[in-house]
Amino acid sequence: MHSIPGRRLIMGLFLIFLLLPIYWLVNMSFKTNSEIVSTMTLWPHTPTLQHYKRIFTDESWYSGYINSLEYVVLNTIISISVALPAAYAFSRYRFLGDKHLFFWLLSNRMAPAAVYALPFFNLYSAIGLFDTPWAVALAHCIFNVPLAVWILEGFVSGVPREIDETAFLDGYSFPRFFIKILVPLIASGIGVAAFFCFMFSWVELLLARTLTSVSAKPIAAIMTRTVSASGMDWGLLAAAGVLTIIPGALVIWFVRNYIASGFALGRV
Amino acid sequence: MDKTVNQKAWFLVLPVFLVVAFSAVLPLMTVVNYSMQDTFGNNQFFWNGVGWFKELLDPSTDLGGRFLASLGRNLFFSLVILAIEVPLGIVVALSMPREGWTVAACLVILALPLLIPWNVVGTIWQIFGRPDIGLLGYVLNAAGIDYNYVSNDIDAWVTVIVMDVWHWTSLVALLCYAGLKSIPEAYYQAAQIDGASRWAVFKAIQLPKMNRVLLIAVLLRFMDSFMIYTEPFVVTGGGPGNSTTFVSIELVKIALGQFDLGKAAALSLVYNLIILIVCWIFYTVMTNAGAERKVQAESEPAAEPKPAAALKPVPALKPKEGVA
Repeated sequence: MHSIPGRRLIMGLFLIFLLLPIYWLVNMSFKTNSEIVSTMTLWPHTPTLQHYKRIFTDESWYSGYINSLEYVVLNTIISISVALPAAYAFSRYRFLGDKHLFFWLLSNRMAPAAVYALPFFNLYSAIGLFDTPWAVALAHCIFNVPLAVWILEGFVSGVPREIDETAFLDGYSFPRFFIKILVPLIASGIGVAAFFCFMFSWVELLLARTLTSVSAKPIAAIMTRTVSASGMDWGLLAAAGVLTIIPGALVIWFVRNYIASGFALGRV
Repeated sequence: MDKTVNQKAWFLVLPVFLVVAFSAVLPLMTVVNYSMQDTFGNNQFFWNGVGWFKELLDPSTDLGGRFLASLGRNLFFSLVILAIEVPLGIVVALSMPREGWTVAACLVILALPLLIPWNVVGTIWQIFGRPDIGLLGYVLNAAGIDYNYVSNDIDAWVTVIVMDVWHWTSLVALLCYAGLKSIPEAYYQAAQIDGASRWAVFKAIQLPKMNRVLLIAVLLRFMDSFMIYTEPFVVTGGGPGNSTTFVSIELVKIALGQFDLGKAAALSLVYNLIILIVCWIFYTVMTNAGAERKVQAESEPAAEPKPAAALKPVPALKPKEGVA
């Protein structure tokens, strides 16, 4: 690929721009609160692990991470399992209303969460799911299921149709063909779709916060608690923030070549 | 590659339809219901017809004024960030290293901001921009610029915009990079033989090839910035005053803050309608572009080489090697 003059400089500057705020957060998380408030230091002069220790030992803190992971994993499983057959149908068949349905799914991916916050609150209170991981997992389906369908449809279309036909000629039933042949063939696609469901559920806060109060509260909502009578506990806030970045940072590596296609709803 | 007509495919789509209908149609019916009614509390509702909608679209009322002001702010915000992020994203994509381990490193660092929970993005910039404890705020103030995003409107706007550029430019860059990677080396060689300038190569080869991904990038960025809530809410809380109150923030204020169900519902519907219209334009343009590509590929197969990161390769139609 042919690049532009000065590309190293541009790239370097942009990466610094991206990393500097994150560095500042990490830096703060290792400082004591007195150091944060009293002096401006570019690196922690008296490094401490007290904030991380507090998060890992205080149940009200680490339970937030567990709650978040719980609904994120639930949501990923629901999204992928309902999206897989649909992706196959959209990729292989034409049926009544298919194009409209596809558009309707897309429009739900774009729907603003703020519109749904209140009706979801009513809905899940009415069916007794309020303040459970299920409520958040189902609520996040509104944008994750369409995304999963769009991504998986692209991957299923990449599998030549001859494979289906051969399998059916060999006497495979549809469910057996689906599990034994199709799923292994698009395993990487399923991985990518799962990653994106995981990610979008992990970064969303408005719905997750609205649908929980005590027992299923996500970590992102618990972070607001650092405001206390003695002022903000900046170090603790920073440490909690750093810990929410880690899961994403760990899995990026595995999907780095597919990131663009996932963000483009499987359309690159 | 014609798809076969098979109505039984509906059975495969049914689970998706049910799940999404449960979380989209059902709540939306409640919203429609609320938008036509008024309440005096105690769960006693009475019919209000289109009263809320009239109020919403009339700038002289309190509700209408707030809605239209936040809508204006939101549109302005979306336009500004598109104007910054799209060119910047293209430049960054063009600056990607060609090969080696640096490619992977750049990709991972670029993707990092996209994977941070949105309220943590807000927290990062809240901390980074504070004049007392943040590097940015401290440096700016030390340089003699009176910067404080809590009390100054313009500073708050600049902070929110820079934050969004930080958060989402990578998305545009990654999409453009994927588009650029699909250009075969032969195109560049041909350009070199013709003695094309750097700018000509960009205009005649790279930009047309990025068309499709750019379309997706522009519309994703427009949509997501149009419904932005968490990040500015954490940093500025919609302030100072109402200067960074976007539509979503206004809506949550009315719905969950004041519990003004009728007003919130009417606002939700109008908001949703705008999104739906933009979405429809996007979908139409995109499917048309897709159809055009197919026609092109059929008539002159050599001009349509197989993209490297393609998710939808159509092997029968697209020979791998082009003669271009």
